[in-house]
Amino acid sequence: MTTLTAAATRVDVDAPIPFARLVRTELRKLTDTRASRWLLAAIVAVSPVVVVVMLLVAKPTNLTYDKFVDFTQTPQKILLPALGILAMTSEWSQRTGLTTFTLVPNRRRVLLAKFSAALALGLAVIAIAFAAGAVGNLLAPLRHGAGSWNLSGGGAGEIVLILVTGLVQGMAFGMAVLVTAPALVLYYVLPNIWSVVFTSTGGLQDVRPWVDINEAESPLYSHDITGAGWLHLLVAVAIWILVPLTIGVARVSRTEVKSS
Amino acid sequence: MDTGSETVSVPSGVIMTQYPPVAVEVAELSKSYGAHRAVDRVSFRVPAGAVTGFLGPNGAGKSTTLRMLVGLTPPSSGRATVFGLPYRALPNPGRRVGVLLDASAQHGGRTGREVLALGALLIGLPPTRADELIERVGLTREEAGRRTGTYSLGMRQRLGLAHALLGDPQLLILDEPANGLDPAGIHWMRGVLRDFAGGGGAVLLSSHLLREVEMVADHLVIIGNGRVLASGSKTQLLASSGDGGLEDLFLRLTAGDAREQVA
Repeated sequence: MTTLTAAATRVDVDAPIPFARLVRTELRKLTDTRASRWLLAAIVAVSPVVVVVMLLVAKPTNLTYDKFVDFTQTPQKILLPALGILAMTSEWSQRTGLTTFTLVPNRRRVLLAKFSAALALGLAVIAIAFAAGAVGNLLAPLRHGAGSWNLSGGGAGEIVLILVTGLVQGMAFGMAVLVTAPALVLYYVLPNIWSVVFTSTGGLQDVRPWVDINEAESPLYSHDITGAGWLHLLVAVAIWILVPLTIGVARVSRTEVKSS
Repeated sequence: MDTGSETVSVPSGVIMTQYPPVAVEVAELSKSYGAHRAVDRVSFRVPAGAVTGFLGPNGAGKSTTLRMLVGLTPPSSGRATVFGLPYRALPNPGRRVGVLLDASAQHGGRTGREVLALGALLIGLPPTRADELIERVGLTREEAGRRTGTYSLGMRQRLGLAHALLGDPQLLILDEPANGLDPAGIHWMRGVLRDFAGGGGAVLLSSHLLREVEMVADHLVIIGNGRVLASGSKTQLLASSGDGGLEDLFLRLTAGDAREQVA
């Protein structure tokens, strides 16, 4: 090595790690293991598959853009949270946190990078779902379908909001629990038990839209959310996302990373 | 902090301008878990240009001390600095300090090469750096392309050492790196550590393999029950301990410690 390059190397040795590089590393971690590739392949492939099935079997009157989007978002609403959970738990389940937090001692910065990486990946997946729906709608006339573009910008935004809240809720649960399997179980079971409690118990039904995120989100699906509906949603999001997110950030910041 | 007073067996001047003479300074470091004091006012220094062996029976507090040193565990009191700074204050720690605390703490679904490529990306080095290190630690291309879930412990140690060396650091902190290595592997590891120290680097090597440490270390820190029982240059310590060698010294020190625990 020449003196010049040696000197140059010494200068960048103590340059801080730029946030963009941290995000790039986290993005790569989401896609570089066999398990993560399978999950991603499933998430990416499901939208075109749903569109093809609809083109083959749906009633021609149902071949409209809002229906295509509605049917492609349904599996994403289930799968994206799993992506969010895995993004947050894998450092702890696989104990790679030992390496990650040694290279980047500021854990909140790592969390923010993971959050950004998973969100970027999630938005790309959502864009694919919308694009697949659009292709399906363009092909709808082949089956004498209506093919009408009846989804407003606001309506599309509501679908994006549903999917993003699912992804973020998954990340929040992953951070709060830190172990993959219990985090998955808790995410998929707890809100449903909660719904059952609040629908079957007299006197609790009135508060249900405030505290049940599934109920609070239902006017987003039907695209008829009101001012009161937004308030319900805000409170439900605080309970189901903000609370686990706060617990999660505190846990990740404080939990000791042990080797065994 | 008086970092200049440590005697370092390298000529001052050239080396001193490149590396601070004391790579690690641990001062009165303690960690309590409830009533249990896992690490009790531990103080020692790790000089540059030498291998420092960190010895102690299982549960003596070695790993907790190392975790505090690299910022993974907050100390209850006391402080630890690396090149004069708390580890967490290093802007890009991977370029200054190579750390291997547990070779098994790897994602089993990632290939060895990918583990190194990720590390290189994060600390700001080109992906070709991964291949350099794969060669340096004696993993074959085929092995590097396999998922780490299929690795033997010895291969994990080689991968872990490669990861620690990625950023061309001036300090290595290794916890039981010889675990799972065969005799040829242990011989090789000894050579790597000697070369590293010979080039002016500092090595802090935690182990319970006395013979291994005795062969490679210049300085020793022996801890038991969370406390430093003895520290100093190996020659000094062995001279003061009589003919029994390191094993005798170690057993005598840690047995006294065990008696203290009972009493």
